Amino acid sequence: MIDFEFHSPTSLDEAFGLLDQYGDDARVMSGGTALVLMMKQRLAQPGHVIGLRRIPGLASVASDGNGAVRVGALCTQRQMETDPLIRQSLPLVADTYRKVATPRIRNMSTVGGGLVHGDPNQDPPPSLIALGASVVLSSKGGERIVPVEDLFIDYFETDVQPGEILTSVLIPQAPAGSGAVYLKFLPRTADDYATVSVAAIVDADESNNCRDVRIVLGASGVTPIRAKAAEDLLRQRPLTEENIRASAAAVIGEVDPLDDFRGSADYKRQMAEVFTRRAVTQSLAAGR
Amino acid sequence: MGKAVPLHDWAAISCHAMTRSITLGGFAKSGISQIREGWKMDHRIKFKVNGTDHDLEVPARRMLVDCLRYDLGLTGTKEGCSVGVCGACTVLVDGQMVASCITLAVTADGADITTVEGLAQDGKLHPVQQAFIDHGGFQCGICTPGQVIAAKALLDVNPDPTEEEIKDWMMGNLCRCTGYYGILESVKNAARVSQEAGR
Repeated sequence: MIDFEFHSPTSLDEAFGLLDQYGDDARVMSGGTALVLMMKQRLAQPGHVIGLRRIPGLASVASDGNGAVRVGALCTQRQMETDPLIRQSLPLVADTYRKVATPRIRNMSTVGGGLVHGDPNQDPPPSLIALGASVVLSSKGGERIVPVEDLFIDYFETDVQPGEILTSVLIPQAPAGSGAVYLKFLPRTADDYATVSVAAIVDADESNNCRDVRIVLGASGVTPIRAKAAEDLLRQRPLTEENIRASAAAVIGEVDPLDDFRGSADYKRQMAEVFTRRAVTQSLAAGR
Repeated sequence: MGKAVPLHDWAAISCHAMTRSITLGGFAKSGISQIREGWKMDHRIKFKVNGTDHDLEVPARRMLVDCLRYDLGLTGTKEGCSVGVCGACTVLVDGQMVASCITLAVTADGADITTVEGLAQDGKLHPVQQAFIDHGGFQCGICTPGQVIAAKALLDVNPDPTEEEIKDWMMGNLCRCTGYYGILESVKNAARVSQEAGR
């Protein structure tokens, strides 16, 4: 393990000051499940680690009054799975976080830490993007609200700017009557990253026409990918098996997976189609 | 106040089949990894382990598993994969199970920690420990402290788990002797015995 200095600020202002002082040599840490591993493997070698856990008020879950839920960045992923408000108003989110790694890792890893890590194989981003969630990036200069859809720039690269700390996530509810699922294709072990994953939300009217739809894929490129062409093939159209098949087939042209030990890029493209079809079909069945 | 055990004893390194962290610690202190001048390498931390208060100085890079094993001599907690996957290093921090191999000791400052050494009370094994013995919940034993702590953590929040819930909870505790059926039986029976004792 590399040598470094650890700081435990007790306020955001103090944390911003430390970020200012140490600049590129500092890394922010919450649960540490990502950063400590990267430091052990020397993929990250910060001279200063700024732990956020002593800063009060960053681990709460609360309704914002308009049906959305504001989640503090330091909420653990396990909290997302068990919190009564999340389970009741955001069942897709609770179900998605339940599929992350193991209970022990979910006890340690946090919502904010998971997002700023920028790993395209993670589970929560597709579901958060499908719901239209945003993150609050705080800095000395104030706050910036960025849709999760725009947060990921490239492989392990996010829109978080120097001096900024992700402090909370705003998650709207899915439209009333819609159905939503997160499917994680796990051919190896139950605690692995997905080979491909798909979050889908389908809002259908009484005659099974698609009012609106979101299809977002994880582990299918260098960032999570919203499959807009596939969505367009369903929106305002009848949700027939034929249309769902055509939509899922369009996903192949939208993903750009990486070859790795979880499968070749070509295999993942095929699986992206299969799991998109299943996700849309299951979301449709889950609605109403 | 306790002081962290110095990790620059080359004799100790050469005569033991040491863990990777000890070896790296030795390299670091021997100057292979340079410590920048002016760095405050020692952090004073206080925490409770199995009911006993500890007050010690550790470098920021010290992992909780190393702190428990080498600074406090609590070698019941094992280090397996070193990357938070295998579950051998599982301990409870403020009642929550964590992977101590990827937990910085400094982040446990102020915490109440339970390791496998803290489960038996007055010479009597914890029901989970007794069940692992009675139902063959282990073969070689390296994963057992982590299995036992994870099972205790499960029964603390869910005293009467279903088989599926046990499998789901314990999936991050790997056993390479293929002892999973024994482990499942052990956890089920520990739950039953604890429930009966509580009645």
